Amino acid sequence: MGKYILKRILIALPVLIGITIIDYAIMCLAGSPLEMLQGPRVSQAAVEAKKIALGLDKPIYVQYFVWLGQLLHGNLGYSMKSYQSVGSMIASHLGPTLLLMGVSLLVSLLISVPAGIYSAVHQYSKGDYAVVTASFLGSSVPGFFLSLLLVWLFTVQLGWLPSGGMTTLGTEGGAADVAKHMVMPVIVLAFSMAGSNIRYIRSAMLEILQQDYLRTAKAKGIGRSRVIYKHALRNALVPVITVIGMEIPVLFGGAVIIEQVFSWPGLGLMTMSAISNRDYPVIMGVCLLSAIVVLISNLVTDILYALADPTIQLD
Amino acid sequence: MILKKIDEKYSKEPSGAAVSSSRKDIHSESYLQTVWRRFKRHHLASVSLAVLVVVVGAALLAPVIAPYDPTEIAGPFAEPPSKKFWLGTDLIGRDVLSRLLYATRISLLVGVMATLISTVIGVILGLSAGYFGGAADMIIMRFTDMVMSFPYILLVLVAAAIFKPGLWNIILILGFVDWPGIARLVRGNVLNLRETNFVKSSIVAGMPLRHILFSEILPNTVAPILVYSTSVLALSILDEAALSFLGQGIQPPDASLGNMLNGAQSLTVLTSQPWLWIPPGVMIVVIVMAINFIGDALRDALDPNGGR
Repeated sequence: MGKYILKRILIALPVLIGITIIDYAIMCLAGSPLEMLQGPRVSQAAVEAKKIALGLDKPIYVQYFVWLGQLLHGNLGYSMKSYQSVGSMIASHLGPTLLLMGVSLLVSLLISVPAGIYSAVHQYSKGDYAVVTASFLGSSVPGFFLSLLLVWLFTVQLGWLPSGGMTTLGTEGGAADVAKHMVMPVIVLAFSMAGSNIRYIRSAMLEILQQDYLRTAKAKGIGRSRVIYKHALRNALVPVITVIGMEIPVLFGGAVIIEQVFSWPGLGLMTMSAISNRDYPVIMGVCLLSAIVVLISNLVTDILYALADPTIQLD
Repeated sequence: MILKKIDEKYSKEPSGAAVSSSRKDIHSESYLQTVWRRFKRHHLASVSLAVLVVVVGAALLAPVIAPYDPTEIAGPFAEPPSKKFWLGTDLIGRDVLSRLLYATRISLLVGVMATLISTVIGVILGLSAGYFGGAADMIIMRFTDMVMSFPYILLVLVAAAIFKPGLWNIILILGFVDWPGIARLVRGNVLNLRETNFVKSSIVAGMPLRHILFSEILPNTVAPILVYSTSVLALSILDEAALSFLGQGIQPPDASLGNMLNGAQSLTVLTSQPWLWIPPGVMIVVIVMAINFIGDALRDALDPNGGR
């Protein structure tokens, strides 16, 4: 087991280095920070001086290693707009995003695990068709269109929920207020995730239900519900772990769009404004961070996978 | 990594050529007829196919059937639907129905072209990784892992910010970002096929590499690639819509289904001019859902072990 974990980590390392190279290459492709300086009131000599000060006169691979060295010290660079450090900008916007992502993931699992298992146990029944059709709807509706429909219904027509932000302006906020602001973004994110999750859990569960050990359990005559809830459910844990691992990158991407629509003050909103300002250090900082989070979550999933399923081959 | 399980799942659908069915009349039926018969069993998919044919037909014929020029001012500002303008006019007086037809055309074009590009890249990389193995496999698959680690939408948004947004740039960006899934799928299939007797015997017989790769291995992975690419098509259309909605995709005055929804971020449009944003939104849902249902039915219809 220890050997397997070590091997997984060793494979992940070159991928991690590759991610930093891709990230740095995109940042270089995007243009040099000197372009921001240029203008009628900046002399050529000043630009040259800045170039040397920023180390841009050195070969590109040297610049990469300097950047990497800074990165290892926790320095992600500085925003071109606000001159704040990217690290502190990310840190201050991370909380709301994690809250939104965590709750959405939980809600989507609470919907998709029971629905997927129900669908598999009652395969080809009317209920199964209804669940599968609904899951297709979930993965076919663009998140932003669903958001607009929800805002139209709950804010414009019914006036129940606020249309955006995290707290009501001019108030203290508080948990109830935040929860009220979270309802619609969570519905949108959870709905679209549940779509693919239901079908994945359904097909994984169908496979489990055909296993020999379940036939044996049924043959022992311990009853249908005990077979399903005691024997099958435990094994369904493996696909659930897979689903969580698959959803992490989707959540990061979805958060960008949904936070924009609902003006949720998180990482996605910050990234979108950085993108429209062409603020590359901020954009690439977020990209790098999310790629590393995805890589680590894949690694953790692989390890959990091995722990949960003793039959998996550790090659 | 975690997607190994999924890869295995897809790669269980082996050859398209080796159809084994328990039906007795199999001899009088060609492979395509079998597929078509199985496909028709899915009623939702059959309906979806009909809907998609109508939508694609309308999009292709847009220059003929659109009542007005999509970029010309045709009437008063923001007029509700009427006999003259079936879906009303937009904020600067363009006909919404004509724009919707042209937008569908653009969105479908982006989806199809991006899917083609990513499928070609994915197939080439997957074939090389699976067949040659060793260092080539290691490098290609680690590169795939790297690309997959970046959240897809974020990568597309960054690329759209660097290269100026526009029709062909969006197609290229989506195409060049969305290939890892297909590469993994093809690689898994090739690894299985390389162990089959007919491929092994060709290797022993000294058949040229080109023949083995393109006449023996590739035709036998067409079915799963086709199924997978339907989901890539659906995702590409959704991503173009999201990108254009955020203002980073197809730029006005050209219409795409996503940028027609862009205006609904303003509260006036959202509350009092629903004809401006409901039709393109519903159009996206209809197209994507039809493609997803068709893909699901194709998966069953192309499965040689499907029986039925």
